[in-house]
Amino acid sequence: MAALLEMRGITKVFPGVRALDNVTLTVEPGEIHAICGENGAGKSTLMKVLSGIYPHGSYEGEIIYDGAMLANRSIRDSEAKGIIIIHQELALVPLLSIAENLFLGNEVAGKSSIGRGVISWPETFQKTEQLLAKVGLSDAPTTKVEKLGVGKQQLIEIAKALAKNVRLLILDEPTAALQENDSQKLLDLLLELKAQGVTSIIISHKLNEINRVADRVTVIRDGASISTLDKADITEDRIIRDMVGRDMANRYPARTPNVGEVLLEVQNWNVWHPEQAGRQMIKNVALNLRKGEIVGIAGLMGTGRTELAMSLFGRSYGKNISGHVKMAGRAVDCSTVSSAIAAGLSYVTEDRKSLGLVLDEPIARNITLANLEGISTRGVLDARRETQVADSYRTQLAIRTPNVFQKVVNLSGGNQQKVVLSKWLFTDPQVLILDEPTRGIDVGAKFEIYSIMNDLADQGRGVLMISSEMPELLGMCDRIYVMNEGAIVGELTRAEASQEKIMALILKGKEPHSKNVGENARKTKGRAA
Amino acid sequence: MAQDQDMNARLGAHLRENGMLMALVAIVLFFTVVVQLTLGVDFLSAQNITNLFLQNSYVIIMALGMLLVIVAGHIDLSVGSVVGFTGAVAAVLTVNMGLPVYVVIPLVLLVGMLIGAAQGYWIAYWRIPSFIVTLAGMLVFRGLTLWLLNGQNIGPFPKSFQSLSTGFIPDIFGVDKPNMTALAVVVLAAIVIIYIGWRARKSDVTFGIIPEPMVMFAIRNLIVASALIFVGYKLATFRGLPNVVIVLSILTVVYAFFTENTVMGRRIYALGGNEKAAKLSGIKTDRLVFLTFVNMGVLAALAGMIVAARLNSATPKAGGGFELDVIAAVFIGGASMSGGVGKIIGVVVGALIMGVMNNGMSILGIGIDYQQVIKGLVLLAAVIFDVYNKNK
Repeated sequence: MAALLEMRGITKVFPGVRALDNVTLTVEPGEIHAICGENGAGKSTLMKVLSGIYPHGSYEGEIIYDGAMLANRSIRDSEAKGIIIIHQELALVPLLSIAENLFLGNEVAGKSSIGRGVISWPETFQKTEQLLAKVGLSDAPTTKVEKLGVGKQQLIEIAKALAKNVRLLILDEPTAALQENDSQKLLDLLLELKAQGVTSIIISHKLNEINRVADRVTVIRDGASISTLDKADITEDRIIRDMVGRDMANRYPARTPNVGEVLLEVQNWNVWHPEQAGRQMIKNVALNLRKGEIVGIAGLMGTGRTELAMSLFGRSYGKNISGHVKMAGRAVDCSTVSSAIAAGLSYVTEDRKSLGLVLDEPIARNITLANLEGISTRGVLDARRETQVADSYRTQLAIRTPNVFQKVVNLSGGNQQKVVLSKWLFTDPQVLILDEPTRGIDVGAKFEIYSIMNDLADQGRGVLMISSEMPELLGMCDRIYVMNEGAIVGELTRAEASQEKIMALILKGKEPHSKNVGENARKTKGRAA
Repeated sequence: MAQDQDMNARLGAHLRENGMLMALVAIVLFFTVVVQLTLGVDFLSAQNITNLFLQNSYVIIMALGMLLVIVAGHIDLSVGSVVGFTGAVAAVLTVNMGLPVYVVIPLVLLVGMLIGAAQGYWIAYWRIPSFIVTLAGMLVFRGLTLWLLNGQNIGPFPKSFQSLSTGFIPDIFGVDKPNMTALAVVVLAAIVIIYIGWRARKSDVTFGIIPEPMVMFAIRNLIVASALIFVGYKLATFRGLPNVVIVLSILTVVYAFFTENTVMGRRIYALGGNEKAAKLSGIKTDRLVFLTFVNMGVLAALAGMIVAARLNSATPKAGGGFELDVIAAVFIGGASMSGGVGKIIGVVVGALIMGVMNNGMSILGIGIDYQQVIKGLVLLAAVIFDVYNKNK
């Protein structure tokens, strides 16, 4: 059978950078084709070439789709041919309904001269229900999208693609923001669509998912296609080797823990929801962290881990907060961010772009932001000292950039995370709370971040790590707390911990009465707010 | 290759600043030629240059404060009305109550501060959008101006108050034509500017940044220095340095230093760039927003007094529409609507561009209708230039 898509010798040059270099990609009809590669390897650029975001003529090479040359001038052209891309950042309008979102730009409107441009709501709702059924949702078409969790929103995006008669569906890291069971649902749906004849290209960092759904994998490295593996040849080790260009025998750097006395102690920590009265988000949490220790907090998304961290860090989340925080045995004031910083706490947010960095400012300014006192005398900044400080972190943490005056927005995810870490290291914290520190970061950079964490522990600091990736917690932590529904439901030492035990604790910790769907949806919304 | 990119980025940044400066020079030259040809008058006469500063000082003064407000991600629509109101307060205190000028000035500045605090309070601590709060303020203070003045003009002011706007620095060297003090001040200023630029360039090199090409640096400084000395010489042959120019220059230097070299200035940029990230870095963002509005109020009050002193009376209409000139100057000067971006020097150049155009078009006798259209298009063009440069 002829291939559905053949991209041959694709080369895309940006001023000063060869983003794609003679890339070849062949996609057979009806397969799920995964694309792997480190961040910045060129995966997204390749998909932008395919979907017409970079129009024909702005790249070299040829694309043959469905037996004909493809010369897309815009994303509209490619969508007309059934090539639909779903970006990592979802393109839904939160305040519009599901139905309105599904047919946005593609409205079900009258065609006659009188009815032109007038939306036919009954037909829209009817079609919406059909599409929702296809992706396994039963929400009302009039539900506002903001009421839905990220997982459902992702499914809405797929339904939107179906509304446009998709033939080749491109998903850019669809499960990056999803928790386990939502990811599973999405992957099941992909397999179902495959059975119906929809071809998919899926970009993912999650090797276990690729293993599960992909028929073939193409690995891209430094803008070049390195290999295409058939189902039988797909192994995590092989993919990683092709991605980073070397064997990564151990994904987690080795460390001999040298654990000292208790550094951080939290007791009776209670937090209520900032808007919804009477809804308790954190329930009687007690935890401790020792010098030189890396402690994990496991749990499903929306379980209150971020809320716990943010409420501890200067009451940045929640209301009616009560409880005690001790550092090295002494009660400390953490009621504002600056007093928390002064007490030796720091918090690396899970969302580095919107909460961690001033993207349009240079690296140096971002690094010094939380400790401007450290580079100033009586309120006057010392530019020379700022540059020296930033430069020393650039070397220490190997931030890849020509100099520290580059805007942060131009850095890759891993390098951005290093800038955030530098910012907090410059406040000389005793305790670092890292919230999903490796989210959206490629394998090679993850290893570097892990190494930095180990160094921090070796320096006698305490690291509290929140993560949704269990292998990461198991690989890095000396101890793991398991959270569920705002409470700590268990504690496991490194020796005891396993994925099964963590899952068991989460499930056992669930309150006996089952939660209905609506409440879960509200929860997700509360988190987003 | 990375170096090329870096170079381009640096040149882009310089292009913006140099571009605005070139535009200002071009506009001045344009009016000089056109005014000479059509009316046979010298656009750059000592008197007109003096007028230019007297007419535009209040826009520049308020633009300094407005830059901070806009960098913090907000807007202040009330400044025109505050100018009217504080001018009226000054008139009541001076003319009706007979208070001396050294009591009136601090009192009026205090009034401005309270106005800024009153508006900033709702914006910073109640998170009411600044557009709405200051729109309300615009109406409230215009109304209060009418009420305070009873719909009448109050004036004239005593000489001591008028000198705020129309006074000149006497020649301490006793030469007076030309005024040696004025000459000495501008020559000194030119030397300082070149020295500071030179030092910044040198420190760029030590930090491994590629500085702008020497030629560009030299040309720019040559233009700035010669323009400064030319303006100073012209002023010196007329009546010397106006008091307002001194106030203006000091404020410009202070605010430029504040925005670029102080912890607090830096924090305002961070707040405008990403408020949440700034907050989670321990910055008290609410208080900073509050303070930028307090500061704006004080500067608006200063401008209010200068305007009243220049008109020699407080009128119910004083300051009407000033907010638009001020905001336009800030955006022409390169600030971004979304906050976090903008420089004091750009704002001053932006305000001068607006001022020169106002002045030149008035001399040419261009109707107020066309003037508005042209000013509007210049604002749009400046911002399009920015966006185009950024997307390139």
